[in-house]
Amino acid sequence: MKQTPLTTVHRSLGAKMVDFHGFEMPVQYTGVIEEHLTVRRAVGVFDLCHMGEFNLEGPGALAALSKLTTNDPAALPEGGIQYTMLTKPDGGIVDDILVYRTATGFFLVVNASNIEKDFAWISQHLPEDAVLTNRSDETALVAVQGPKSLPVVEKVLNLSLGHMGSYTFIDATFKGHSIRISRTGYTGEDGFELYLPNAGAVELWHDIMSAGEPYGIAPIGLGARDTLRLEMRMPLYGNDIDETTTPLEAGLGRFVKFDKGDFIGRDVLLAQKEAGVTRKLVGFVMVDRGIPRQGYAIVNEEGEEVGRVTSGTLSPSLNQPIGTGYVPVELASPGATIYIEIRGKRLQAQVIKGRFIKTREESK
Amino acid sequence: MSDKRMLFTKDHEWVVVEGNIARVGITDYAQNELGDVVFVDLPTVGDTVEEGEGFAVVESVKAVSDVYSPVSGTIVKVNEELESSPELINESPYDQGWIAEIEIAEGAQLDDLMNAEEYQAFIKEA
Repeated sequence: MKQTPLTTVHRSLGAKMVDFHGFEMPVQYTGVIEEHLTVRRAVGVFDLCHMGEFNLEGPGALAALSKLTTNDPAALPEGGIQYTMLTKPDGGIVDDILVYRTATGFFLVVNASNIEKDFAWISQHLPEDAVLTNRSDETALVAVQGPKSLPVVEKVLNLSLGHMGSYTFIDATFKGHSIRISRTGYTGEDGFELYLPNAGAVELWHDIMSAGEPYGIAPIGLGARDTLRLEMRMPLYGNDIDETTTPLEAGLGRFVKFDKGDFIGRDVLLAQKEAGVTRKLVGFVMVDRGIPRQGYAIVNEEGEEVGRVTSGTLSPSLNQPIGTGYVPVELASPGATIYIEIRGKRLQAQVIKGRFIKTREESK
Repeated sequence: MSDKRMLFTKDHEWVVVEGNIARVGITDYAQNELGDVVFVDLPTVGDTVEEGEGFAVVESVKAVSDVYSPVSGTIVKVNEELESSPELINESPYDQGWIAEIEIAEGAQLDDLMNAEEYQAFIKEA
């Protein structure tokens, strides 16, 4: 198993460690619910060193990236960040990634489970005047997430960061290490993702923990990372999206820019858009008692299987079981009744609209 | 562990037998491994269970775990408190977090169980 620069820190904190796609990662420290609520109410710190980072540079980088992804990288100003997807010719999703526009090209952040696959896929589609380098092994990523993130990160880096917009980044230094400060996250809360060389990770972690102490900061494991993202309906690659699902089916059409020019899968996706999708990824809450889990069957009124649960958990914020899954369009409208098969019982659930809980913007 | 008569399974259930009634729950080690228990799927009173058969399900935020019956018999009582307060399994695994009582079937035996000392040694190896 691969370790991160912070593995020994997690062990000393008594974290429960698991194998996550070949990385030894903390799944929880004190408990998923407590950690989840700490991020919603205050601030938490995450080791995300397992994530992959690539640099894409050279004169041909922009055109190549535009061809590879669904969103429009040309629309991205320097210092801007874009959520986008790599798609196959059949419209299936190779990965969902973040694209950063730097002074010299692009910085891509990919899912840990897809590092090798994405590197091979992108390399295969590059012209000679674009160069892809894999920086994953030497790049650490520490996230600070929650309503109290800003004062914590400002204190650690001795910078004023309140002016930074969501989905923007700046480069700075932290104790002699270059650090990329990104106002992004996977929790729906305000927060930062901090990229730096491995050598600076432990010191950064400790400084964040000290600066966050007055706010009740706590380390957060992958367990709460999953419940936090699911409450916000952020898709998880491998659960909610994969090579057999398209961005349109997954409700990610706003990240597909048909008018930017050609890209891999455009024809298929355009045809799917014009004809209308036959199934959609929906969120649902349980009406009957039971917790939906990935892989459970979704059945209709007649008891026929119409889909599968892609993600499911008890929502710590709502104290209610929630889930997502693909259903035929006729069952995808908010309020529609579906059933989840749990241990042989057909339990009622209801399709909801949008996120399970409001984002900070929506609740203003 | 409050009760000296308590015996343990390799699947981390505990059992206390009084007369022909076996009260069953999961151990402190099991609840700790599982994390925050958020849902308990209880059996129905009157259900018959076989030794080694899953008769209840305990779920944490992340995981689903079967509870296996240490003995064959009939469910005669379930801890309904767990429906509204599943966290009792974390807070009080050996007492308020009990799961069900099983009337031991005639001729059925509690095989292969460990006493407290043996169980402590068993989880150290795990």
